Amino acid sequence: MKELLVISGKGGTGKTTIMGSLAVLAKDKVLADCDVDAADLHLLLEPKIEESHEFYGLDKAVIDPELCTQCGKCLEVCRFGAISEDYYIDPMDCEGCRVCHYMCPVEAISMVKHRSGHWYISSSNYGPLVHAALGIAEENSGLLVSLVRQKSRELAEELGARYVLTDGPPGVGCPVIASLADIDLALIVTEPTVAGLHDLERVLALTEHFQVPAVVCVNKYDLAEGKTDELEDYCREKEIEVVGLIPFRQEVNRAVIQGKPVVEYSPGPAADAIVDLWGRVKGLLDNRE
Amino acid sequence: MQIAVASGKGGTGKTTVAVNLALALAEKGPLQFLDCDVEEPNAHLFLHPSLGEEERVNMPVPVVDEAKCTACGHCAQVCAFNAIAVLAGHVLTFPELCHGCGGCTLLCPEDALREEPKEIGTIQRGHSGNISFVHGKIKIGSALAPPIVEAVREQARKEGIVIIDASPGTSCPVVAAVKDVDYCLLVTEPTPFGLHDLNLAVQMLGKLKLAAGVILNRAGEGDEMIEEYCREKGLPLHLKIPFDRRYAALYARGSALVEEYPHWREAFRDLMREIEGRVGK
Repeated sequence: MKELLVISGKGGTGKTTIMGSLAVLAKDKVLADCDVDAADLHLLLEPKIEESHEFYGLDKAVIDPELCTQCGKCLEVCRFGAISEDYYIDPMDCEGCRVCHYMCPVEAISMVKHRSGHWYISSSNYGPLVHAALGIAEENSGLLVSLVRQKSRELAEELGARYVLTDGPPGVGCPVIASLADIDLALIVTEPTVAGLHDLERVLALTEHFQVPAVVCVNKYDLAEGKTDELEDYCREKEIEVVGLIPFRQEVNRAVIQGKPVVEYSPGPAADAIVDLWGRVKGLLDNRE
Repeated sequence: MQIAVASGKGGTGKTTVAVNLALALAEKGPLQFLDCDVEEPNAHLFLHPSLGEEERVNMPVPVVDEAKCTACGHCAQVCAFNAIAVLAGHVLTFPELCHGCGGCTLLCPEDALREEPKEIGTIQRGHSGNISFVHGKIKIGSALAPPIVEAVREQARKEGIVIIDASPGTSCPVVAAVKDVDYCLLVTEPTPFGLHDLNLAVQMLGKLKLAAGVILNRAGEGDEMIEEYCREKGLPLHLKIPFDRRYAALYARGSALVEEYPHWREAFRDLMREIEGRVGK
């Protein structure tokens, strides 16, 4: 079983749009959405939730005012500014480190379970999907991403699937790092803009840091062909293969507005380019040992 | 007055809005711009500030004094982040998992741990005309964005206009960027993705009790779904920026709308007047 992760560094380059079409094209796979704080893949795949599970992040500290002597020890040791002068711990600021709990001389601080999201196994017309929703303004997205990865892998093994295709989060921080663990190939979707190039450099530095093989796809490549040339030159220099150039077409936007995968909804040059892209990515995945 | 620009969904045009607002207002007087998208900071590509030296943002991580350590394992037990393990009589630390809470060092019964600063990112200050500029960058391979966002926000001036460019999403780095601002602009696009993630961002701001308004970028087909949402939620739809290939080409090469098309200067100044009206300053 081989695992593909679609990431981008910069948000909004077309990760999910392309992923929605790969979901149509790839056979024998499990799908996963690791963009847990703004998951959108389900909007294209219209999954039916088969299993819903609660996700608990780290326990949060709570002060019992009956026991608290307001000695100030917890205020002194908390490094996250989570404890107010009147001895209330704001769950949004508490990182769950437990230091106040250990240091309180009168044992007035307990750690309580904190539900910070849900994760789901769903069925769709395109195969099973493992996805999640982190609660609003919550922490521990890395833990939830790791859970989605683990569950999608387990499901693929159980079903004897050939691929796990995972939609990743934007950026280069905690949820992306959690998404990259043990991935066979990272497909980086970028766009021909100054910001696209800048962010591609950073996300390629990240895949290199974690030694994950990466290939690049330039979405809307014909919106600024000069910038596409710069992206291609940069990839050549870095010895990173460019596996797809997808043209900008209104039909792609229309498919997104209709909430449909492009290759299904609107045949044309953009859909053709995504078909070619999957052919090359599939070849690379199949050739991994 | 602090104004944050956030979005939920990535790539809807946060930086476009923040940069154009800053440039339109900077012709009238000085202001400050904080790029708090520390994973992928891009505003400097459009504002072209002169940037000073990178200043390190550090986090304290534990270091073991082998002479004192008895490998009792207490540190590994108290660490909530699995950043310490004891293997074959030795304490191993994993600084990339550490949150810098200081628990292990405080609680070691042998006093065998001390803390050392570890670089997790940088901030850089600079100027571009009337705009005083600060951005932060997370170090590649480092997971913790919020402390760098906070380091950028610590540079905020008490007086005048401060524009903050946030990262996409609704989790801790965004909360760190928008917390306690006076107003938050949410930038979206007329697609089901844009609407879905706008709704998440609106819920986040509700939780943080922040006043907000919406900007619709790449407007054209599909606007109704965003308009209807704003009506339903009682959110002001301040501005629509239509989809236009010429605007896309400008963005691609790192130019701002207000520089190329003067009528956008007025539009962004009107936006500022609306914000001031809502904030009551």
